[in-house]
Amino acid sequence: MPETPENPPSGGKPARAVPPTRREPKVEAAPEALDDAGIELSSLVSGLFTDEKVEVGVEVDEVSVRVALDRVPAICARMKNEPSLAFDYLRSLSVVDYVDRLEINYHLFSYPKRHKLVIKADLPAQAPVVPTVTGVWRTANWFEREGHDLFGVNFAGHPDLSPLLLYEGFEGHPGLKSYPFHDYDEW
Amino acid sequence: MTALEVLYYVLGALGLFTFLSVTVMVLTYVERKFLARIQQRMGPMRVGPYGTLQPIADTIKLIMKEDILPSWADRPVYWLAPLVIFLPALAIWVTLPVGEGLVLRNLDLGLLYIVAVSVLSVLGLVMAGWGSANKYAMLGGLRAAGQLISYEIPFIMAVLGVAMLSQSLDLTRIVNDQASIANIIIQPAGLFIFLMAGLAELGRTPFDIHHAESEVVGGPFVEYSGAHWAIIQLAEYVNMFAIAALVVLLFLGGWRWPSMPFEGTGHDALSLVWFLAKTYGIVLVIFWIRGTYPRLRIDQLMAFGWKVLVPASFLNIVLTGIVLFYGWHWSVLTVMSSLTLAAIGYIIYRRPGTDVRQDTVRVVSARDAGLKPASQAAKPLSGEPIA
Amino acid sequence: MKITQTTRAADSSVDMMINMGPQHPSTHGVFRLVLQLEGERIVHAEPHIGYLHRGSEKLCEGESYAQVITLFDRMDYVANLNSELGFCMAVEKLMGIEVPDRAWYIRTILCELNRVASHMLFYGVFGMDAGAMTPILYGFREREKIQSLFESVTGARMMHNYFRIGGVKEELPADFPARLAGIVDELKRAVEECDRLLTGNEAFLARTRGISPLSAEDAIDFGVTGPILRSTGQIEDVRVSEPYGIYNRFDFGIPVGSTGDCWDRYYIRIEEMRQSLSIIEQAAGQMETGEIQAKMRRIARPPKGEVYVRSETPRGDLGVFLVSDGGPKPYRVKVRTPSFSNLQAIQHMLRGAYVADAVVVLGSLDIILGEVDR
Repeated sequence: MPETPENPPSGGKPARAVPPTRREPKVEAAPEALDDAGIELSSLVSGLFTDEKVEVGVEVDEVSVRVALDRVPAICARMKNEPSLAFDYLRSLSVVDYVDRLEINYHLFSYPKRHKLVIKADLPAQAPVVPTVTGVWRTANWFEREGHDLFGVNFAGHPDLSPLLLYEGFEGHPGLKSYPFHDYDEW
Repeated sequence: MTALEVLYYVLGALGLFTFLSVTVMVLTYVERKFLARIQQRMGPMRVGPYGTLQPIADTIKLIMKEDILPSWADRPVYWLAPLVIFLPALAIWVTLPVGEGLVLRNLDLGLLYIVAVSVLSVLGLVMAGWGSANKYAMLGGLRAAGQLISYEIPFIMAVLGVAMLSQSLDLTRIVNDQASIANIIIQPAGLFIFLMAGLAELGRTPFDIHHAESEVVGGPFVEYSGAHWAIIQLAEYVNMFAIAALVVLLFLGGWRWPSMPFEGTGHDALSLVWFLAKTYGIVLVIFWIRGTYPRLRIDQLMAFGWKVLVPASFLNIVLTGIVLFYGWHWSVLTVMSSLTLAAIGYIIYRRPGTDVRQDTVRVVSARDAGLKPASQAAKPLSGEPIA
Repeated sequence: MKITQTTRAADSSVDMMINMGPQHPSTHGVFRLVLQLEGERIVHAEPHIGYLHRGSEKLCEGESYAQVITLFDRMDYVANLNSELGFCMAVEKLMGIEVPDRAWYIRTILCELNRVASHMLFYGVFGMDAGAMTPILYGFREREKIQSLFESVTGARMMHNYFRIGGVKEELPADFPARLAGIVDELKRAVEECDRLLTGNEAFLARTRGISPLSAEDAIDFGVTGPILRSTGQIEDVRVSEPYGIYNRFDFGIPVGSTGDCWDRYYIRIEEMRQSLSIIEQAAGQMETGEIQAKMRRIARPPKGEVYVRSETPRGDLGVFLVSDGGPKPYRVKVRTPSFSNLQAIQHMLRGAYVADAVVVLGSLDIILGEVDR
């Protein structure tokens, strides 16, 4: 999480001793707005995944399920194959860089049931590895290649993790927050 | 041969070459303008009044361009290919009459000569594809060779059908035999077969896949530029004009049918004009087809040639033979040929054995599609905006 | 910086390897397709993208929310307004802003006009891929009319930058209703003309009917959306499955195919043009005066959180995943563009097809490389 006045870095000591020059507006969290279908789905998922360590939450209007990293393909397969869930459409697979960790999001949608949810997993910032889900949805193939290109996430078991958007020989992972915006020399 | 005859032939050949060059320039201009009108635009407008000097500008540009030679090209083959494509096109015109008595050298076996010589340009296409050392060129060259050789059969058969009617391969005699009834009335199917086979021989839409821009990017000619490209283009247009001329000579009565206002010497003098008018009409039809139709894939093209045109052309000959053998009136052949044409049309339209349905798309009302399954609350179809 | 080859070694049993692009008249942008052929049949097709990658998602993190809209214009540069709408909706959902009615009407009319323009471009280019020279000029003539109308409304023919968080930037010009009515009439006639020119043409049917049929299961597995998914028989349109805006006030139809081949995809888009024109007419009739922008601060600061919003662009399902940390700039924007997933399916669709069909299939997918690469 980026540093804000409410979230001092762990350790208790502020990183900077410079007082803010202007009053920063209070940062609030977006209110939850889950509809009936979402509430139903939330309880359904909690009931079905009692054997797994999952954390069912809400992100504004979507049910979010936080899972352990190595359980991702198994849980995704169950999400797809379970008749009451039937998540046959992987909308998007994206990686978010929260400096001290990476977070991978699998946004799912079900065409038969028309409900949606997002699966989240935390990755370590150094040498992030997550098993691939191309066996569950073939569309994950390019999304994972893009995640590898831009964020350096290694997808174990991916058939072909060659660069997709960047040229071969590109050094660095531009999606990360640590990648500088302007001060690098291209030639 | 006396020296005077030699002089006559040399001057005649030069005159023919000039006539063809001017014709090609006019044809390029007419094509661009005509296609532009079909496509709702203006065409060349800047060079000269209404763009009439555009062909001259194009010629000058092409001649001044650098001649590119790919490093791995097979030099003799690469340089000779345009000539092998162009010279047969010129050679055909030696025996094509364009008016009463306006032919360089009328041959008794005129049609045989034309058909035989025109096949030689296929070799030039293959040479161009091979000599360019380019995969696309080779693909295009091989496709062209296959296409041209396949369509020679209906081409020759259609010509044969006309020759049977006139009992001669002499073009002047064929035209004179059509003074009262043109062969289009007797053999409408023959005209269609000849025109389709001719379009395929030329490599024009809908049979231009071998040098289709969006696919093999120029096909066998992709590596040519400058003057060599100009020669290849010249060959294509000379060939096209020859096919149109043959259509007019064989099926539309050449310079004779229907009778012109003037008989006698007036007729002889204006036969060239009449012939050119008809030929340009056919040329415009060829341009029109180009502007309207998509192109066929190579296997569809071959299927059309072998499965539709070849049997149709054989049928054409058989029917002509039957009518001639039994000495029936020519109107019998008209009826039978029209039926053949109708059968061809039906096959093209319905393409038996393949799917030509156009009713596979239906429109589902949004309200029917938006209903969610019973377990979830359906969104009310009120007038309130969402989000 | 070392640049190495990416093509795989040729199989010994395969005849030839053909490279289409990145410079090629028919690849719809800078896109490279490596085909391994056996004679005329494609054994393996490998798409290479990334030639138009501009790092848009990273750039979004350095710009304020209003500036990000210009970036979205340039991703799908043919259906710009639909892309802008996707982002605006994401921010509005996060902030809980209610966009006024009139703004929604304006947005809907412009987005549907943009859909017609995009499908006209598809029509022209697809005709050219099949070999007909004329449709592209007819299509672009109609686009010209729509673009000049856009110019009078937004100030630009293509990169509009007109939608804002909470509404639209400016009120419509005074002559807009009359011009719109005139254009809708002309477009209706034009759609019929374009339909007559190409749809039933025997050579066009030969080139597109039965080419690369896609099943609904494969389409869903590959994440294919939009007209291609509908051509397989799956009735799916984001405007009805996850409704947004005011689409529930209109009576419109969703064209659905059955065979999943190129002709179905083509005809669905022609039919979609007709439906879009119907929506525009209804919207123009229902629109009333009112506010065009919700009341909010000049610099948008959405609360902390993340949201994923889907919208239906002419190419399919555009998803915008927005992560906000409460600051004036987005923390992360992930754009799930329809062409990205649609293009992935081309490997599956081209297996066993002819080389000449590769161009037609690629054209029927209607991809925009700006969207694929971002």
